[in-house]
Amino acid sequence: MAEPLLAIDRLDVFHGDFQALYGVEAEIAAGEMVAVIGANGAGKTTLLSALAGLLPRPAAAIRWQGSPIGALRADRVARLGIALVPEGRLLFPSLTIEENLIIGGRMGRRGPWGLEAVYRLFPILRERRAFAPAQLSGGQQQMAAIGRALMANPALILIDEISLGLAPVVVRQLYEVLPAIVGEGMAAIVVEQDTSRALSVSRRFYCLQEGRVALAGASGSVTREAIGRAYFGV
Amino acid sequence: MDVTRASRLTRLAGIAGLLLVVLLALAPWWAGRADLRLLGEVFLYMALATLWNLLAGYAGLVSVGQQAYVGLGGYLLFALTILAGLPVPLALPLVLAAGAVVAVPVALLIFRLRGAYFAIGSWVIAEVFRLVAAQVAALGGGSGASLPPAVVRTLAEGRDLREAMAYWLAFGLATAVLAAAVAILRSRHGLALTAIRDNELAAKSLGIDIWRTKLLVYVAVGALTALAGALIFLQKLRISPDAAFAVNDWTAFVIFIVVIGGIGTLEGPILGTLVFFALRETMADLGTIYLIALGAVAIAVMLKAPQGLWGLIRARTGAELFPLSRKVTGIPSGS
Amino acid sequence: MEWVNAVLQGTLLGGLYALFAAGLSLIFGVMRLVNIAHGDLIVLAAYLALSITAGFGLHPLLALLLVVPAMGLLGYALQRGLINFTMGGDILPPLLVTFGLSVIIQNGLLMGYTADPQKLQAGALETASLTLLGLTAGVLPLLTFALAVAVIGALQWMFYRTAMGRAFRATSDRQDVALLMGLNRAHVFGLAMALSLAVTAIAGVLLGIRTGFDPAGGGARLIFGFEAVIIGGLGNLWGTLAGGVILGIAQAIGGQIHPGLQILAGHLVFLAVLAVRPRGLFPKMEG
Ligand SMILES: Nc1ncnc2c1ncn2[C@@H]1O[C@H](COP(=O)(O)OP(=O)(O)OP(=O)(O)O)[C@@H](O)[C@H]1O
Ligand SMILES: [Mg+2]
Repeated sequence: MAEPLLAIDRLDVFHGDFQALYGVEAEIAAGEMVAVIGANGAGKTTLLSALAGLLPRPAAAIRWQGSPIGALRADRVARLGIALVPEGRLLFPSLTIEENLIIGGRMGRRGPWGLEAVYRLFPILRERRAFAPAQLSGGQQQMAAIGRALMANPALILIDEISLGLAPVVVRQLYEVLPAIVGEGMAAIVVEQDTSRALSVSRRFYCLQEGRVALAGASGSVTREAIGRAYFGV
Repeated sequence: MDVTRASRLTRLAGIAGLLLVVLLALAPWWAGRADLRLLGEVFLYMALATLWNLLAGYAGLVSVGQQAYVGLGGYLLFALTILAGLPVPLALPLVLAAGAVVAVPVALLIFRLRGAYFAIGSWVIAEVFRLVAAQVAALGGGSGASLPPAVVRTLAEGRDLREAMAYWLAFGLATAVLAAAVAILRSRHGLALTAIRDNELAAKSLGIDIWRTKLLVYVAVGALTALAGALIFLQKLRISPDAAFAVNDWTAFVIFIVVIGGIGTLEGPILGTLVFFALRETMADLGTIYLIALGAVAIAVMLKAPQGLWGLIRARTGAELFPLSRKVTGIPSGS
Repeated sequence: MEWVNAVLQGTLLGGLYALFAAGLSLIFGVMRLVNIAHGDLIVLAAYLALSITAGFGLHPLLALLLVVPAMGLLGYALQRGLINFTMGGDILPPLLVTFGLSVIIQNGLLMGYTADPQKLQAGALETASLTLLGLTAGVLPLLTFALAVAVIGALQWMFYRTAMGRAFRATSDRQDVALLMGLNRAHVFGLAMALSLAVTAIAGVLLGIRTGFDPAGGGARLIFGFEAVIIGGLGNLWGTLAGGVILGIAQAIGGQIHPGLQILAGHLVFLAVLAVRPRGLFPKMEG
């Protein structure tokens, strides 16, 4: 079998003394879209942060194209082509929207995404490019955060809670462009509270419950009951 | 079950400490004149270090301007005795009170600066005091003044008794400052200070008035530092703006003492003072190299062992000489 | 006329103070660090220029070509080798470590150069002056002021128009998210300190030509720079220039009243600003 793009093997992650992830096993192939679902506090954000290198994790627990990357600092991980759209968007408040995008592309990885392509995907950002992030609506900020990650032309994009706090119409818009993004050959791990939407866009899913993978499989064939059990542990 | 602050070691330390206090109080009978002066200086530095530690180590007010109060105390002593004609024993309590009175408006001003900016702001205050002192023509302006023999005699007749008095004052101040520090830290305010240091937000949510607690500590420390300054220049008998408000002598050394000994502990400044004087007495000939080494050691301690020498000792032995931390003892088994 | 002249001289002196302040302001903006050794580094730069002018027979302004990169390198090394290890959020370590550094630099200079005051010899530049409308200004103070405006303009441009400036602002905004952009925090901080000390080099050389220096003079320079930053408003580079000018004018007018009041008047204006407008006269506007 071919080496997966990213392989996670017995991943334990701690916040100080508190253990948030227990022996998580998962993988994703190049160009694949995977959903991570789970209740509040299940450990989804922790998982993505650990993958991006923002939290300490065992050196051998994460492999990128076969090599362990668990000991790398977050800026090194980013250079490999892993981009995170963090929960809460976290744009740089003292940079304009355009500067936020440009700084996302500063590593100079080659690929289809650039300022022009992002503006074509989210035309509103072109209009607002000289604005400060705080002057944009939540949905527009989310677009900018996704755009900032795309600017890096990553091989893998990690998106934490696309739809959190956004109007339904905006959520639908964002999900409409998601296939276009992954269609460019980029792999994506999408964290989502809205289970049915997550399952409908992804090929496979992992369901976390209290820091453990409670269920995993193909998104198309899983039943509601199974998800419900894995979600709440009842 | 019983919550107590005294462990066996602190009780032993208490007895040993009492013996030591008696022994040191008798120093004028067993120590030579030079040694007595050195001991007096040790105690004054111990007081300054303990006071700075209260500010920076407990209240989070990192001042690099405490020379403002040392110099203020020195100059006030000279002014009250030379210009106002008061005897020294009367002047000293007035210095203490004046230190507190001056500290209040100063605090109102520099408490507007946070963190490191507070540090430099406190230094500006010290510079202002120095420049003002240099303008006081009656005390010699920029070149300073000496304490006339007539004034010195108001402390005590006879040189030996005077030296002994100066020593007892220094020793008394150091003991009083230590006792005050223990008392403050064991009080409700002490708890508040620790809470502030560990987490301002948490302290706020406990309903602690952070600003008032800090003000209280700042003013008390200012007053006692002024008294220390008066005693320092009572011993030196000569004052000048540059000596009185020297950042190196009254702040840099004090900071190094506290950092090397262990910031945020009561034992640290004491241990640090002893180390500082041991080094000074053996290495002072080296002059500037000694200062460079001191600075380098302080940096190394800050980076590698931020709890200082006392922190290292405590980590090894669990020792604690002052009954501060609360230990739960006598938990009934099986409940 | 005397008073107008005092204001003019004070304004020009303010240029020097703005140069003291600019580096301080920059590193505070990028990493919230207050470098207590900043003044001693200014003095160190002056001594470096002294050795270079003596060794190579260069004019001090030409020596800048060596002193600026040397101080920049020193800044980078200092940040990566020492100060970065103190940047954990607690204010005590950076404060005390830079304080220790200050004592080390002072005494190192004392050993290397003795306590005697020194001066950089700039020949005709020191005495040349221009007269206009009955006012006379030295060419050196004019040059200093022009350099201050140029340096602050360049810093402003760098901060808001270049990739390095974006990296500085992003790291200052959110250190962890900046990592996600591939920005190595230690390196970014190193660059900021390098830039700060490069500016410090210019300040040190001009100080050395203008008034002379000795190993103990760092504290006063730190304080003047700090006062300019606070008077102007934290995080505002042009405000820092204005703060320097206000400080310079206050000192010049104080000195005009009575020579002993010169420095004191500057401190008093600073304290007055602190009392009335604690965020400075020109606090940074949002957006
Ligand atoms: N910085 C932190 N310090 C301590 N505990 C944390 C921290 N961040 C998260 N946790 C804990 O770790 C667990 C997992 O949190 P995480 O944020 O990863 O969950 P999540 O699945 O992303 O939840 P949500 O859906 O609410 O975003 C939770 O119990 C949370 O309380
Ligand atoms: Mg989350």
